[in-house]
Amino acid sequence: MLKRVIPLVILSASGLILILSYFSPITESLSETVVSWFNILAGVAFVLGAGNLLAVNLEKISSRRPGWAYAAITLVSFCVMLIAGLVKWGAVPNADHPNVHLAGSQDSTQAAYGWAYEYVLSPLTATMFGLLAFYVASAAFRAFRAKNFEAILLLGTAFIILLVQIALGAMLTDWIPANSAFAFLRAESIKAIVTETFQTAGMRAIMIGIALGTAATSLRLILGIDRAALAKD
Amino acid sequence: MHERHEQLPTGLRGFLIRMGRIDRRWIYLAVAISISVPMLAGLRFPEVPGRMATATFDAIETVPAGSRVLISYDFDPASAAELEPMANAMLHHCASKGHRIVLMALWPLGKQLADDAVRDILLEFHPEKVEGVDYVQLGFKTGNEGVIKLMSTAVAEAYSADAKGTPLAGLPIMEGVRTVGDFDLVVSVSGGTPGSKEWVQYADGAMPEAFTFVTGTTGVQASQLLPYYPKQMEGMLIAIKGAAEYEMLVTSKYPVDHADDRLSLGRKRMGPQFVAHLLIIGLIVLGNAAMIAGRGVKGGRR
Repeated sequence: MLKRVIPLVILSASGLILILSYFSPITESLSETVVSWFNILAGVAFVLGAGNLLAVNLEKISSRRPGWAYAAITLVSFCVMLIAGLVKWGAVPNADHPNVHLAGSQDSTQAAYGWAYEYVLSPLTATMFGLLAFYVASAAFRAFRAKNFEAILLLGTAFIILLVQIALGAMLTDWIPANSAFAFLRAESIKAIVTETFQTAGMRAIMIGIALGTAATSLRLILGIDRAALAKD
Repeated sequence: MHERHEQLPTGLRGFLIRMGRIDRRWIYLAVAISISVPMLAGLRFPEVPGRMATATFDAIETVPAGSRVLISYDFDPASAAELEPMANAMLHHCASKGHRIVLMALWPLGKQLADDAVRDILLEFHPEKVEGVDYVQLGFKTGNEGVIKLMSTAVAEAYSADAKGTPLAGLPIMEGVRTVGDFDLVVSVSGGTPGSKEWVQYADGAMPEAFTFVTGTTGVQASQLLPYYPKQMEGMLIAIKGAAEYEMLVTSKYPVDHADDRLSLGRKRMGPQFVAHLLIIGLIVLGNAAMIAGRGVKGGRR
């Protein structure tokens, strides 16, 4: 009972305060408190996330599930970064407090944490993002087929965007006078028509739908109609 | 298991069908070459500033000199290749205009990127800038959009001190700042959520006339943000193309006398993008030609 009632009261009160703060300055300070609590809880979520990471990967290693070696690498990397960050190994001393080790900065590569960020984390995450180029090229070759009218529309739009996003688009259409009746065929005009007319119209429709759905779901949660997010008795 | 031998048509049709079945590793190799060769050769193409880049430049330019600017680094190293060039150019632009710059991050690794920008751009090209007076680094704060929401009512509730622990109340640059509405310009360089969309929803939406808002975003996120341009977002830079165009505008008005490669990263990266886009266009054409050629052939692509 309490597992459901107390969270529901907190949820409803927080939601109502945040809504009322838009309309009444009286609840503004209350809304600041609610949002401050939200931010504190978001910080605590990092700890929960770390705990979850440990639990999932330890279970994978202990049961020797396929890919358990990757789980071990994840855990070792996690622990190394955590310890390096907490003990501030190699931190540059603070000018105001040179004798207080923990007051030092670990942003530079002299510190273990800064070094790991600069030479391990940063290149690795950039590489993961860079791999997308290979998959996109392969997917474009295998899946971008003009099989029906909708696919032709998609293909045509992709062609236009791919061309106008590079200098070739301008090179090919720069001969069309900017003040002529055919100026809409210039690369920048075509790009504007596609992005600011068709794309924006489509996105606005989607966003309005999402906003209505969010408002409806929020109301259901605040009024206690939807209790799926709460613990089961 | 025995190998299946098919009788493929000869000539161009057969060639196209065979190309349609090409191993994906050849495509990967082609992508690697199309990106690395222009990069190593330093291939560059002339960029003409588009409407959005010009609008972004004008938005920052028209804010009076000495204004207080908030730059939020809402990205991490994964999207730095796309966003760092525009963030660097924006920082140089704001510093050149004499704006007082407050840096912050909604992403955990954004703070380090902002630190790099302070070291490599701000202090490199504007060594006269004084920390706490002309610029300050607030650092990362957990809470995603909650941080923005809190800053829209009380900045001090979200940040009581800067990244080095100095109380904001003691910093000249933060004098008179109560809410985010006390900034004249807000810039969000955004790689996802939380980012530009949340800045519009929780800060710009709450006080639409209080400050000018401009953003820099990745290509994949642009479609979500386009509905906000140009009403809520007075300026918007999209991906490397936007960065390259904006860099041109900034460096032509505020040139630097050394290390100018730090303010031409976008233009440098347009070379590989040019060739890679042509390759993808070629692959799409080839894939469709192979599909048409393979119609009616057993095992051919339909």
